[in-house]
Amino acid sequence: MTHNFRPVFVFALLSLLAAPLIAEESFTLTIKDHQYQPAELQVPAKQKFKLVVKNEDATPEEFESKPLKREKIVKGGSQIIMNLGPLEPGTYEFVGEFHEDTAKGTLIAR
Amino acid sequence: MFATAIIVFREVLEAALIISIVMAASRGARHRGAWVWGGVVAGLLLSCLVALFAGNLAEALEGAGQELFNAAILLVAVVMLGWHNIWMQQHGREIAQEMSQVGREVVSGSRPLHALALVVGLAVLREGSELVLFLFGLASAEDGGASAMLFGGGLGLLLGASVGFILYFGLARIPMHYFFRVTGWMILFLAAGLASQAAAFLVQADWLPPVGRTVWDTSAILPEDGLLGQLLHALVGYVAQPDGIQLIFYAFTFLVIGGLMRGLGQASRVTPPPSR
Repeated sequence: MTHNFRPVFVFALLSLLAAPLIAEESFTLTIKDHQYQPAELQVPAKQKFKLVVKNEDATPEEFESKPLKREKIVKGGSQIIMNLGPLEPGTYEFVGEFHEDTAKGTLIAR
Repeated sequence: MFATAIIVFREVLEAALIISIVMAASRGARHRGAWVWGGVVAGLLLSCLVALFAGNLAEALEGAGQELFNAAILLVAVVMLGWHNIWMQQHGREIAQEMSQVGREVVSGSRPLHALALVVGLAVLREGSELVLFLFGLASAEDGGASAMLFGGGLGLLLGASVGFILYFGLARIPMHYFFRVTGWMILFLAAGLASQAAAFLVQADWLPPVGRTVWDTSAILPEDGLLGQLLHALVGYVAQPDGIQLIFYAFTFLVIGGLMRGLGQASRVTPPPSR
């Protein structure tokens, strides 16, 4: 009788492990011609999410955001993943440190 | 070109300040130049290697490879600085006496210079790999990129190094009587600041909870990317918008290293020095 519960138990454990993976949404920023696309990205407030930054330029860029406390190199033609949040509702500016005059954008958490 | 110089300056500054403090703290030790500059060169070589594998590093450990790598580097540096300070607390007084009596270079060779060389190497490595990526990207991708890289890079390096030299020669003017006490305090603040940076990386990697985001926000008064903010960031670990865990790491490091220094300092005071 007891080991009838085992599959259920295993399933429960697996779903616990899978839960954060499913729950976390993922958002993508693309760098092209030293500009972020989109320049304004809406993300949910008060929950964790993943931010993928794809660099389609040949040159490296550094994703930098003081309010988000992130500084991370993205090599040319590659991508990085960041774990962000939970954020308070508000706007969070970011730049590409290597091309600060063109690579600018805002994350809007609501 | 000036934009390049500013970026290079920013990356160089922190390492330059760490090198000057370490050079000052190892004053009077034999072969310290070889150790410290050996650390710089090793850091530069490793930077190129890390830059080469930056893509793999960024994707390692579910995208947190870069953060964990930085955190590990910082924490090793903190331990080395702590060790050096505790060692100096026990031997600093003899060294200062010996130096003011006999002259400069005649000092017992057993000082933990390898720990300081490692600190320098790690400081260079952390900033260096970003710099290498940036400069090579610049050189390969844009018209006239190579000359922009050389001039901008050279200018930024020169500026960063001069701030380091100013600090070093400023420190060198401190009377021998207080000298190692001052460098000891500077290293203590430096270690605490590096520990709080490590905490920030561990939060970014999702290994630690932030324990309260943005405990205070002084970015409007003293922005961290301004010159003064950057200097304070490098020297005492100033952060404009700290997480709670950063403050915890800062205080913990400060108290543990400071406490050990104090405890050992008092212990060595109990045995009176040989009277002359």
